[in-house]
Amino acid sequence: MTDALLQNAATPVLAIEGLRKSFGALVATDNVSLEVGPGELHALIGPNGAGKSTLITQICGEIRPNAGRILFEGRDVTALRAPARARLGLGRTFQITQLCPDFTAIENVLLSIEARHGGSFDMLSNPRRNAAHLELARNWLDQVGLAAQGDRTVAQLAHGERRQLEIAVALARQPKLLLLDEPMAGMGAEESMSLTRLLQSLKRRYAILLVEHDMDAVFALADRISVLVYGRVVFTGTVEEVREHPEVRAAYLGEDRPC
Amino acid sequence: MRRTLRTMTILLGLALFVAVPPAVDAGGSPALLGLANRILIYAIAAVSLDLIIGYGAMVSFGHAMFFGLGGYTVGIVAYHTFGGEPLLGWSGTNAALIVWPLALLVCALIALVVGALTLRTSGVQFIMITLAFAQMVFFVLVSLQIYGGDDGLMLERRNQLPLIDLAGPQTFYYLCLALLVAWTAICALIVNSRFGLVLQALRQSERRAINLGIRPFPFRLAAFVISAVGTGLAGVLWANYARFVTPDMAAWSKSGEFMAIVVLGGLGTLLGPIAGTAVFIALEQLLSAWTEHWMIVMGPVLTLVALFGRRGIAGRLFGGRRD
Repeated sequence: MTDALLQNAATPVLAIEGLRKSFGALVATDNVSLEVGPGELHALIGPNGAGKSTLITQICGEIRPNAGRILFEGRDVTALRAPARARLGLGRTFQITQLCPDFTAIENVLLSIEARHGGSFDMLSNPRRNAAHLELARNWLDQVGLAAQGDRTVAQLAHGERRQLEIAVALARQPKLLLLDEPMAGMGAEESMSLTRLLQSLKRRYAILLVEHDMDAVFALADRISVLVYGRVVFTGTVEEVREHPEVRAAYLGEDRPC
Repeated sequence: MRRTLRTMTILLGLALFVAVPPAVDAGGSPALLGLANRILIYAIAAVSLDLIIGYGAMVSFGHAMFFGLGGYTVGIVAYHTFGGEPLLGWSGTNAALIVWPLALLVCALIALVVGALTLRTSGVQFIMITLAFAQMVFFVLVSLQIYGGDDGLMLERRNQLPLIDLAGPQTFYYLCLALLVAWTAICALIVNSRFGLVLQALRQSERRAINLGIRPFPFRLAAFVISAVGTGLAGVLWANYARFVTPDMAAWSKSGEFMAIVVLGGLGTLLGPIAGTAVFIALEQLLSAWTEHWMIVMGPVLTLVALFGRRGIAGRLFGGRRD
């Protein structure tokens, strides 16, 4: 069992090695390598069009890279599809909310719980009547501050509440690694701050890869930051190092985001 | 409140169906029993189709193939049992307890193959490929000369059940009613189960489901097969009701009729399609008595319901939520 031998404490939860993806002439991911250690919150920043979302979709397995490897807890998952990776413990939220709009908030979380328990071919028992799972689902909603909204459908929730629900759904799957794709997108200052507090409380409990434009949030949360420009990681370092780095300032922080 | 209204409507509908035979006995038109029986049979197919269109967003434009296959299995076995030579060394039987499960098995197997091939696609491609398979089945049935080809096949008599005499129109009617109730209850159970939760999640956000570790294909295939078996049951009952099967049972226009009924009744409601069947068949009966171009009226009605009727008849009655 070489897999078991490799999994010592130093094994990063996620390791990307030389990942490359091109669409025709456009190289969206250009030889990207990065690591997320156990309990680490690694932020990924970069201007629009830098290839952050393309990278995330490769990590979760929705699209395949042209070259390179993705290791999850030391295991090569490059060939696995998205559902298999999710079952290994890779959870994500989406930049554009992906929830079941006709379901209530609690049903969305229940779906996640049922998916985790497998054997979903059960055609007899109603998960909405499973007291233990309902209790769990309420707990997750409570954690993200949606305790009072459980019985409202997603269509009835405010934008910020949907973003919170995204996180509850991802957490209920009990992942080992969380990929958060711009969780603050479209949120007001107030909502961003409460979400930052929520992420703060999740830190250390999960390895997290956070893609975010809100620099206040990134600087407040991140252990390390990688800067992605035109598909390349131009720099990886601590918050202070990134603040000071001239290339980063020039490439991203110093100028307005290109549209 | 809404729940009470729903329960009341179910009980009222059930009472109406139960009351048809006594009403006919009490001097109503005998044609009424036949009309109500046709509604019951079509409703089983409509509920089945709703399971995949309404809950799984798999818009099958070929479901009549299972209606036809169910019917033809009954017809072909009957043909060999009464008069024809043995079928692959089997002299046939008229026992419903053998023939009907056999017909459903045929539908399930064909659905397994058709589903495995068509469910690689979605949206418009899925609609077109299911239609193509149904057309294949249709033309195979047309080309079966020993089973009547274009003209179809007459059945000597209805299948036999122990204790129940299917030859009696009222008995047969009540059996159809019982099967409709049972099948709808089974579908409701499925829809509200863990499996149903996943199926509906796949309709609403496939990406979310996939990223929770759910593989869409097995769920869709299972739902497709279940739906095909239900539609096959309707075909079995139709063959016994009419004692006559024709390739038209599997025609694309029949698939379209089933779809129209489901839309009229309300997608993703199960009960809606039953009401939709009643309205559709009753309208068809009324309008075709008035003019043979009854589709001129039915067409616009369907268009209006599709455009403005929020989730069809059931949506009007019970509001928007799918459950």
